[in-house]
Amino acid sequence: MTVISESVKGMNGYKLHVVKTEKYKTNTLVWKMKAPLEKDTVTLRSLLPHVLQSSSSSYPTTGKLRSYLDELYGATLFVDLSKKGEYHVITVSVEIANEKFLSDQTPLLKKAFQFLAEILTKPNVKGGAFDPDTVEKEKRTLKQRIQSVNDDKMRYSNFRLVQEMCKDEPYALHVHGEKEDVDKITPESLYEYYQQALVQDELDLYVIGDVNEADAESCAGELLSFKERSPKTAPASVGTTRVSVNEVREEQDIKQGKLNIGYRTNVVYGDPEYYALQVFNGIFGGFSHSKLFLNVREKASLAYYVASRLESHKGLMMVMSGIDNSNYDQAVNIIKEQLEAMKNGDFTEQEMEQTKAVIKNQLLETVDTARGIVEVLYHNVVSGKEITLQTWMDEMDKVTKEEITEAAKKVSLDTVYFLTGKEAGK
Amino acid sequence: MEKITFEQLQEELFYEKLDNGLDVYILPKKGFNKTYATFTTKYGSIDNHFLPPGKNEFVKVPDGIAHFLEHKLFEKEDGDVFQQFSKQGASANAFTSFTRTAYLFSSTSNVEKNLETLIDFVQEPYFTEKTVEKEKGIIGQEITMYDDNPDWRLYFGLIENMYKNHPVKIDIAGTIESISHITKDMLYECYETFYHPSNMLLFIVGPVDPDQIMSQVRTNQNKKDYNEIPEIKRRFEEEPAEAAEKKKVLEMNVQTSKCLVGIKSKNAAQSGKDMLKNELSLNVLLDILFGKSSDHYSTLYNEGLIDDTFSFDYTQEQGFGFAMVGGDTNDPDRLADTLKKMLLDAREKGAISQETLDRTKKKKIGAFLRAVNSPEYIANQFTRYAFNEMDLFDVVPTLESITLKDVETAAGDLISEDRFTVCQIVPKK
Repeated sequence: MTVISESVKGMNGYKLHVVKTEKYKTNTLVWKMKAPLEKDTVTLRSLLPHVLQSSSSSYPTTGKLRSYLDELYGATLFVDLSKKGEYHVITVSVEIANEKFLSDQTPLLKKAFQFLAEILTKPNVKGGAFDPDTVEKEKRTLKQRIQSVNDDKMRYSNFRLVQEMCKDEPYALHVHGEKEDVDKITPESLYEYYQQALVQDELDLYVIGDVNEADAESCAGELLSFKERSPKTAPASVGTTRVSVNEVREEQDIKQGKLNIGYRTNVVYGDPEYYALQVFNGIFGGFSHSKLFLNVREKASLAYYVASRLESHKGLMMVMSGIDNSNYDQAVNIIKEQLEAMKNGDFTEQEMEQTKAVIKNQLLETVDTARGIVEVLYHNVVSGKEITLQTWMDEMDKVTKEEITEAAKKVSLDTVYFLTGKEAGK
Repeated sequence: MEKITFEQLQEELFYEKLDNGLDVYILPKKGFNKTYATFTTKYGSIDNHFLPPGKNEFVKVPDGIAHFLEHKLFEKEDGDVFQQFSKQGASANAFTSFTRTAYLFSSTSNVEKNLETLIDFVQEPYFTEKTVEKEKGIIGQEITMYDDNPDWRLYFGLIENMYKNHPVKIDIAGTIESISHITKDMLYECYETFYHPSNMLLFIVGPVDPDQIMSQVRTNQNKKDYNEIPEIKRRFEEEPAEAAEKKKVLEMNVQTSKCLVGIKSKNAAQSGKDMLKNELSLNVLLDILFGKSSDHYSTLYNEGLIDDTFSFDYTQEQGFGFAMVGGDTNDPDRLADTLKKMLLDAREKGAISQETLDRTKKKKIGAFLRAVNSPEYIANQFTRYAFNEMDLFDVVPTLESITLKDVETAAGDLISEDRFTVCQIVPKK
């Protein structure tokens, strides 16, 4: 069975990835720009795609630009930022209806390519600067976006854990940048940075849908062309080993305590031990059959949510749970005991099989969406490896109990962060 | 088994009503890895006043019991059903809304086994005093989690403002106090009232053989004893047309304020085609007024009154309906006043051009195509539509038929000063 058939082709300055499938009623274009995560550029990069998507030279206002998208049967334009290990990735995606499902048969895909090219290569620029009004508005929105993490306590406590844990590493930077750096950005400096990013970033274009390779290639070749480059790579993640566990406690006016625990896995995507690490995480806390769910929630009745997840490119594992402030010690102890159990090989054949089946299911489900396909394939760009989904699943299937135990032993506790409510009488 | 073909969409839907009253729908999806199935009862948080089968008196049950029951169905004498599903490579879940409780799984292998597990676990309740008590701790944490979530508080605060009596104003999970009164006997009473197959719908979407799946479901149901189809009697108090409260301001531990403007619908008794037309017309209207291509959106954004959290929606079910518009803002009062004025003007001045309407309809049609890429969307929305006597696959033809007159009528029906309400979250002083 071929799970995804991806064809990759080198273009001028970027790679074109085409995944042909007939299962969707829409076609999707995803543009990715990747650069090392750095304090000096993180805020510029966070602002950039939001300015690009607000207007362009042919559609100089948001109203005009969005009206044009509505006209194209509500084509969507969506921008996003993410951290993948020590990289900062800008994503711009366009999704458009496949006209074969419409009564109006006007071809739409070419228009989507043209539109993406317009956004990327014909921005609303005069005299070497982005439109000042647009930049001003988007700076305001960016500040609000950065600030909003404070109001969602689940996101906030996760962000704070990473900030504490990776204090002297680029990974501690917020994906949306630093609030105090926003005001330093000018329409000129942002445009200048964009020119630089177009020359230096690693660029990838994904085309997912009922598209043949040759058509995609000719559209992309005609509309998007950049200089050749050898993209900057981030310095290898070193990940400090702590002598003693870092404990951080913060008090706020909230009802539920948020417990977030960070570990170093010392294994990243592409390492031979990565598959065993994934199975380990699944048995330990990834699912609703896992040890954490069973022991923290079902047995001790301490939490509604408790789970662990991996940051595959950085080599981190995070446990998160919402608990009553007074149950901190009990919850932390149970979580520690469960990790010890994993290190001692205290898990059954059945837990292993169950977890492998569920991870395999999860991977196959992920690639049922265009977005999921890109997510899975992009791991290879970030890591510089070539691992197909089939290899991923086969390797995971072969993982033995010993390998899982070994992976567990490599996991070391780094930081325990607790966002606690104000206790009565204090 | 009946086969319904949707030529434009290139989809086929298979349907059968079983002898015990269960509606079964199967939508084969070629090329997908995953099969997604939902088993849904028309029973949600609003169904808190009813006549249990074989009883003479109506009962009122504690707030949050439908959601509590949803949690408890997963637990069986020999452990919990999540374990069973994951052994079979599936992921399972459930959710409770105002009007529905849905149980679901998705899997890329062992579909028959997983389907059997889904149907059987929902149809074999096992409640004990001990497990009910244990669940109170877990759901207590779920409630506390939502208590700290400003968007959730804003949303429910707005609904609470609109309704005086209708149970839609009750938080779906209830409160720690209300769930403390729940007993195993109450759970059985709710279960027996609302979980008869004749009140339920099973939807399966994925790379499946419809004949085989239908025959499996038929065999499963024939083995079970569901002879009598009981009539469900629900009771709702009279609800005034106007909003119960004009405004509510909640102080929370936030840095950015939030503001939603709501309008209570007077068309809440609709169902079927009328409801579909009204709901779609209002969603078209809101898109014309507040979508990213609208003048209002530009005005609000340029003035710094909204950011990218801004959203709008109209939703309607049998017995309640409301529009809501808003998001994060630096000036909640000015945003509320501006939105109200924009809405009232839309009613007074009309002034929507045919061109704008056509463009918005195109946008909505494209959005529907995008949505039906998702098996989850198809199963969940088809069920919601069916429970309101509508057909999900009528969306595109209905959108195509909407005229300026329809939008104006819907706007005239909805927008009225006395049905407006505002809810705001502001930083604690």
